[in-house]
Amino acid sequence: MIAEKYIARSSAIAARLIGGEMMIMSAVDSTFFTLNEVATVIWQAADGRTPLADIVVNRICPEFEVDAEQAGRDAEQFVSELSQHGILLVSETPITPEVR
Amino acid sequence: MSLLAEMNQKALGLGIPLSVHLDVTYRCNERCVHCYLDHDDHGEMTTVEIKDILNQLSDAGVFFLTLSGGEVLMRRDFFEIVEHARRLLFNVKLKTNGVMIREAEARRIRELGVEQVQISVYSHRPEIHDAITKLPGSLKRTIEAIRFLKSQGLKVVIANVLMAGNFFDNTGVMALANELGVSYTLDPTITPKMDGDTSVLALRIPGSDLKQVFRSSELVGNVEEFCAPPPAPDDDIMDGLPCSAGHTACYISPYGDVFPCVQFPLPSGNLRRQKFSDIWQNSPQLKDVRSIRARDLPTCSTCAHVGTCTRCPGLAYMEGNMRGASSADCEKSFQRTGIPSANMLLKAPVVGPLIQIQAAV
Repeated sequence: MIAEKYIARSSAIAARLIGGEMMIMSAVDSTFFTLNEVATVIWQAADGRTPLADIVVNRICPEFEVDAEQAGRDAEQFVSELSQHGILLVSETPITPEVR
Repeated sequence: MSLLAEMNQKALGLGIPLSVHLDVTYRCNERCVHCYLDHDDHGEMTTVEIKDILNQLSDAGVFFLTLSGGEVLMRRDFFEIVEHARRLLFNVKLKTNGVMIREAEARRIRELGVEQVQISVYSHRPEIHDAITKLPGSLKRTIEAIRFLKSQGLKVVIANVLMAGNFFDNTGVMALANELGVSYTLDPTITPKMDGDTSVLALRIPGSDLKQVFRSSELVGNVEEFCAPPPAPDDDIMDGLPCSAGHTACYISPYGDVFPCVQFPLPSGNLRRQKFSDIWQNSPQLKDVRSIRARDLPTCSTCAHVGTCTRCPGLAYMEGNMRGASSADCEKSFQRTGIPSANMLLKAPVVGPLIQIQAAV
């Protein structure tokens, strides 16, 4: 079960969708990332208002036909990694655009 | 292969312009002796036009956006343009002389999430730098700007264009960059003016000085490796692309003109009359540029340097043929390795009698 968690894209990044993969560069430390299709969907859905659990259940599971529990664990790990680099913000409450 | 190189390959395969260089103005507060631009305003794009172009570039998949000029801060709407670009999530780099950057501007640049600021410094000595920019006090202002930007935690690169008049100051500029804690890049390339005027080429450093640059381990790293004779070309080299111009990169002027590169003034369309995607996908000029492979180059394909030369198709174009040699790059290859290029050999004076007379038998 995924804990209630809200995620939002940081504004201190550059990002573009190239052939189905999201490329992202941190403006803070120039770290460069590419996201696979599943991670790209989570990234695009990270609006600060939709709980991560809802993103997994409503977007990831139907689109990629994956088990909700496994998808939840993968999403948690992905969110944790990106938040460590400051390119994804995580909160237990909805995130307003001002804090990004 | 790095992630970035992988994305470049992917963009190349998909025909995506990953990088765009946009000059927002040609106006400038300096009058550098080597500059290739006409600084009068012949009808720059408006804020609305530039924002619309940025929207189109974002839709086309552009990731790296370099904003340059002229001097970018001569535009009163400059920060509005950067703000819009960052809202569209471009990776933004700025090229500026820094003269108009004070603490407030540096803070704004950092707040907007600009990736890097490149600043031109010609010498560590005011009398040399200011003589090149023709703006008294410009070195002082530029160094102050670098300090303001650094204090905001921004990445700054000093670009040092080498000319005959400042050649001996490159070590001084490098030391200045070290003292300021910023990166340093050196460029010995002087390009003809965009209208074809080649008078500025007289400012180029002579070949013997270029040789000295290429023997500096501080500048080139491993000198032996850098100056090694070129390896024999294989099929990968002969089928290779000259550079990213027109393939994953292009240049847009303040008037909306699209070119393959800032150093490649082949008019390929205008954004006041056409959509960017239309120009990028359908321009006959860009298609022509994209068709060129090393093996198609009449002289360079036979050259020993074909696999390692920095041949610029834009400089070749300015010499009259985009498939021809670029003399400046021939000179670089020669000074680096001591081996003359095919183009140099072709142009070498013929040694022998001008007239041969055979006596009647």
